[in-house]
Amino acid sequence: MWTIRTFEEKVMEVHEAGEFVGAAHPYIGEEAVAVGVCLALKDTDYIAGNHRSHGHPLAKGGSIKKAMAEIYGKIDGYCHGKGGSMHLADFSVGILGESGIVASSVPVATGAGLASKIGNKDFVSVVFFGDGASNQGACHESMNLASIWKLPVIFVCENNQFAITTSYQNSVAVDNVSDRAQAYNMPGILVDGQNAEAMYEATTEAVKRARNGEGPTLIEGLTYRFEEHSLGLGRVRRGEYRTEEEINKWRERDPILIHAKKLIDRGVLSQEECKEIEKISYAETEEAVEFARNSSFPEPKDLFEDMWANPIPKP
Amino acid sequence: MAEKIFADAINEAIAEEMRRDQNVFIMGEDIRLSVYGATANLYDEFGDNRVLDTPLSENGFFGAAIGASLVGMRPIVETVTSFMWVAMDQLISQAAKMRYMFGGQATLPVVYRASMMYGSGSAAHHSDRQYPMFMNMPGIKIAVPANPSDAKGLLKTAVRDDDPVIIFEDANLYGTRGEVIEEPLPFGKAQIVKEGSDCTIVGIAASVNLSLAAANELEKEGISAEVINPRTLVPLDKETILNSVEKTGRLIVVDPAHKVCSAASEISSIVAEEGFWFLQSPIMKVASEQVHIPYTPSLEKLVYPTIEKIISAVKKSME
Repeated sequence: MWTIRTFEEKVMEVHEAGEFVGAAHPYIGEEAVAVGVCLALKDTDYIAGNHRSHGHPLAKGGSIKKAMAEIYGKIDGYCHGKGGSMHLADFSVGILGESGIVASSVPVATGAGLASKIGNKDFVSVVFFGDGASNQGACHESMNLASIWKLPVIFVCENNQFAITTSYQNSVAVDNVSDRAQAYNMPGILVDGQNAEAMYEATTEAVKRARNGEGPTLIEGLTYRFEEHSLGLGRVRRGEYRTEEEINKWRERDPILIHAKKLIDRGVLSQEECKEIEKISYAETEEAVEFARNSSFPEPKDLFEDMWANPIPKP
Repeated sequence: MAEKIFADAINEAIAEEMRRDQNVFIMGEDIRLSVYGATANLYDEFGDNRVLDTPLSENGFFGAAIGASLVGMRPIVETVTSFMWVAMDQLISQAAKMRYMFGGQATLPVVYRASMMYGSGSAAHHSDRQYPMFMNMPGIKIAVPANPSDAKGLLKTAVRDDDPVIIFEDANLYGTRGEVIEEPLPFGKAQIVKEGSDCTIVGIAASVNLSLAAANELEKEGISAEVINPRTLVPLDKETILNSVEKTGRLIVVDPAHKVCSAASEISSIVAEEGFWFLQSPIMKVASEQVHIPYTPSLEKLVYPTIEKIISAVKKSME
């Protein structure tokens, strides 16, 4: 969680300094969801993400350096600078891509689950999407497909409560996104998304069910986006959609502090050891930024690379 | 070479590829009972896991095919061109863009077989021929079989190709017969259907047959037309077309898609850019009128290319 937090803080800092172009969507406040879920997975399992997905590849074991280099648009990034912040995919650790189009990864992840079933494989597929995505048809079509075919898919809704400025309470017809599972005859579990352990436990149960051939699960991690929807948006937006008081209330429920307290209370880690983890994360992030800064931009010759697996002549 | 029916050639290609490679499977609406005519007997041979009837959720299952292809499967999706609109997000945001956007990490060997049912009184919602729109979007290979041999050979190549492919199957050809080569046909290699010296006619899908019929009529009047079937539009074999125009000096492109920004437009522009000095007269496009497909036969027949329109265009270019 500290890795994601320090990574995101650094991204915000260097964006403000104008070190990279384009948008970035901070995951700060939601770290327990990615970490809790990914800890319950094997290396051979797959995940797919969304536009707010810096946390997912890092939680799945992707390289921090390559992630930062990708954000900088450099050749050493996961995608050689062709994807950027919204597409931080490290396919080597079982990532199926992050989609900038909301809910567009949901059918894709469902398809990986289909491949597992018809190919008689052991892997499961997880897709992270938001409360906003839960209103997309792609999401509903996928849950129905996964359920009728009993696919090993875990639908993880990171309900951070806002689709940019639109509250889920004003845009979702049921009380909780997890209630939607009923329509697709699958378990719908509402979890405290600030509690990494609870996310881990719910996912472990869903993974067990998936591997047993019992089908998909919808897990809703109720969480909160501490920062703006995307970097720089606050400068354009007219008016407020949530109060400082609400933001501060949720900041008190910081998933890292909640988990650290638990570990200290149980005697697993000391205060000093927790501090040490934080320090290591900051140092690793600094290294990643240095790596990204020192990496080269792709050359003009790279423009047409990566188009085709079986290349064809340029038209 | 045996003579086969177009739909049967597709069916054979699917069955042979499924026997050859366990990772090949097929999914679509009502395919187990072969409602669209090309998937008969597959369910009996390959069963539940490899022949999947889907719910009416094109965005869902078009995307599921992509996800399955990412992790080692080789899905074939059967659909009707008009239903592709419903799944455009998956086709464009995922299938077309994924490999490039992820720096070459993603490999998507997925095939979409899309039936074009135009010309049969199906009205505007069931008569689409939208391959030019996909030509405009980098990342998808596009095949347009014009005879049973193409239908089998291009589908086999598509299944073995590691990139997303859409095969636009002209439903007007499903019942037609022809000799079948049986082998996979390479993408980007056009077929010279008939040699000629006075003009070049490039036809797309069923327009190849119309072009050939027109060429046979013109021959009686002493006009020698060369007929070319491009077989694939992405990649497009421009060399064969340019070489032909260099020989004949004239080009007519026949395209059942709407005329504006059609495949005919692209082929015409390539020849205008790269073969301008070969031309003895302006390039002619014989494509569908820029209007929706009306239901009534009295109006629908006015929309598409016909043998008469092709003959007339050739004669105009010969003036």
